[in-house]
Amino acid sequence: MIDWITIFSNAAQELISPTTAAYALAALGLAIHFGYTGLLNFGQAGFMALGAYGYAISTLSFGFPVWAAVLVAIGASVIFALILGIPTLRLRADYLAIVTIAAAEILRLIFTTNTFDAITGSATGLQGYKTGLAALNPIPPGTYGFGPFTYNAFDWWIRIVGWTLVVLFALLTWLIMRSPWGRVIKGIREDEDAVRALGKNVYSYKMQSLILGGVYGTFAGMIFIMPRAVVPANYQTSLTFFIYAILLLGGAATIFGPIVGSMIFWVLLSFFSGFVARAVEVGWFPFMTQVQAGQLRFILVGIAIMLIVIFRPQGIFGNKKELAFVK
Amino acid sequence: MEPTQTVARRSPGRWLILLGILLSALTLSGIAASPAMAEEVSPAPAAEQTEEPTAPAEEEEFENFFTGNVTFEDEPLEGVRITVEGNGFEAETETDAEGKWRIGVPERATYEVTLDEDTLPEGVAVTEGGATVEAEFGLTGIKAVNFFIGEGERQTTGLFAQVLIRLVNGLNFGLLLALAAIGLSLIFGTTGLSNFAHAEMVTFGALMVLTFGVDLALPIWIAIAIAIVLSALLGWVLDAGLWKPLRRRGVGLIPLMIVSIGLSLALRYTYQFIYGGGTQQLPGATAPSDIQLGPISLSWIDIASMTTSIVVLVAVAYFLLRTRIGKATRAVADNASLAAASGIDVDRVIRIVWVSGAALAGLAGVLWAYFRPGVSWDMGFQILLLIFAAVVLGGLGTAFGALVGSLIVGLFIEMSTLWIPSDMKYVGALVVLIVVLLFRPQGILGRRERIG
Repeated sequence: MIDWITIFSNAAQELISPTTAAYALAALGLAIHFGYTGLLNFGQAGFMALGAYGYAISTLSFGFPVWAAVLVAIGASVIFALILGIPTLRLRADYLAIVTIAAAEILRLIFTTNTFDAITGSATGLQGYKTGLAALNPIPPGTYGFGPFTYNAFDWWIRIVGWTLVVLFALLTWLIMRSPWGRVIKGIREDEDAVRALGKNVYSYKMQSLILGGVYGTFAGMIFIMPRAVVPANYQTSLTFFIYAILLLGGAATIFGPIVGSMIFWVLLSFFSGFVARAVEVGWFPFMTQVQAGQLRFILVGIAIMLIVIFRPQGIFGNKKELAFVK
Repeated sequence: MEPTQTVARRSPGRWLILLGILLSALTLSGIAASPAMAEEVSPAPAAEQTEEPTAPAEEEEFENFFTGNVTFEDEPLEGVRITVEGNGFEAETETDAEGKWRIGVPERATYEVTLDEDTLPEGVAVTEGGATVEAEFGLTGIKAVNFFIGEGERQTTGLFAQVLIRLVNGLNFGLLLALAAIGLSLIFGTTGLSNFAHAEMVTFGALMVLTFGVDLALPIWIAIAIAIVLSALLGWVLDAGLWKPLRRRGVGLIPLMIVSIGLSLALRYTYQFIYGGGTQQLPGATAPSDIQLGPISLSWIDIASMTTSIVVLVAVAYFLLRTRIGKATRAVADNASLAAASGIDVDRVIRIVWVSGAALAGLAGVLWAYFRPGVSWDMGFQILLLIFAAVVLGGLGTAFGALVGSLIVGLFIEMSTLWIPSDMKYVGALVVLIVVLLFRPQGILGRRERIG
């Protein structure tokens, strides 16, 4: 029989899981790029990888404390954003798309290659970088919580850190988007030439936006690795596409869209993952194997992306008047 | 936030239904994770994706082999342990009574082959070249790796010969890239769409040959012909069923591009759903490289592949330059409104471009399946960025630019392995893409115009 309680409680756990927080933060960064500025960044996975590897390598190879490791990761992603932005931000939107997707792949291949195995751990990746953050944990050891939300002190700690960051960055996004800077940014999305005619340096504004959203992605990458190891295979282009799915689901030019989108995405994903897996197990879908049940998810995410873009491009929270897409 | 009200009032029913479909779509997704979804098994999407293909499969499934013969003074040595390592793959074996060994590997890449000296008899050692050899496949799926035990002579390939071999390899790869790139470039030129699902059209060709040539056991030439016809049909279906209606709705180019990404994701995993995550071989893929041209040894597959590419590319060039419809295609790519005003049926041209572009992509997929070698669900996606790099290098939207760009990418990738590790060879091509954009954003053959 199907154990519905387990399926539901697993799904409920996704609501506050660090992974959900990481995807929400990455999607928020993408909202700055894509939703507010109209930059087509397909390399968010690269920014996340820099966060993950920047933090892990500076902790493991150089023994940096947490704050320094975070700074290294941010520095790496700022440099990455500059490298991406300088050749492409003057060009049409699709050039940025191709270059960012290529650059993210370059990063992944560099992290995967055997040549730098000593530093990056190549295909097997890195682990053992969590002690620094764990040492900062003010919660005394033990198990806390109720129902499905019962975790030990470290698990609560990474959840608290993750969601605090999400809230802070959401607040920051809200503040800067109603500032003069944010109005220029939205103006660039609507009509670049008009903004240029007003004497604004569009190139510079776009670059600032690219860097800012990239830093969001870097923090997302650091949260993302707290409940797991750093493995290069996690930073494939499909990671970026998943974040796009979340962003489009919630609404590209919104603050709550990426966050709620991420929660909906992961809760539903977990629920149906659990359901299909059990259903195959008890023989409800005789035409499907367990492995195929796992692949179904990607097929449906792909179809979902197509349907959202075609039928509701502004997402759940979006405003149709505020165009979700650059033309 | 305030926005939802207005929209909800306007058409509450429609978007609720859509949302319902969408949510169920998002969720109806299975899982590969274990039933006991513990705390952090929150399915990281990308990780599973690679688990499947790289999971060490049975040795019999591989068509790429390292073989060798371990002897000492013409006496075979038995029970010597050989290990192969690389690309996240590891395998080991022992030599048989005749001193022979054979290890299958999943990909034609560079591996480290190690002979365990402790398993050699007393007083015998590897004398030259070391007990660990870095081995890379040539044009075939069989690579002999020999260790020099006791006294022996060592054969080395000179730098000049190596350059020649890489040149031919790169040309072969570049030509097959060009087949796919021209289609992508023409589609971009006539419709403005950066079609990320082009990779799946490449994979489709190879999968159809697999279906008809292996599963249904038709002769390979017939299977390839069927595959190309079906690829063309796929192009027609995609245009008529998806892209044309979207153009009619006036959907912008960026949303179209994101739709193509969704399509790419859905198709790719549909392939995996149906064909599984492994790599299968087409008939003849392991033909021996018995045609010697100086230092270069080629198999008849390599020759056939290059000949086909060249013939088809010449035919495409003739079509574009000499035929009426080809000229119309270039006119539409140049300026669609002007072309329409001068009496060209733009929709018909776009349809022809989709059909022929898909057929070319399908053919490229077949050749790519022989070049790799092997057919797998994500084979097209593996070269998608290289195709894009080629198209951008040559100049987005220009057919001949795509050809030049492809040859440069192909040659660059193969030549760069002389200096950089071969698991990083794609990095070079992508870096070149970024550098070219810095200095000549319109591409090599692109016209100087404002693209900002």
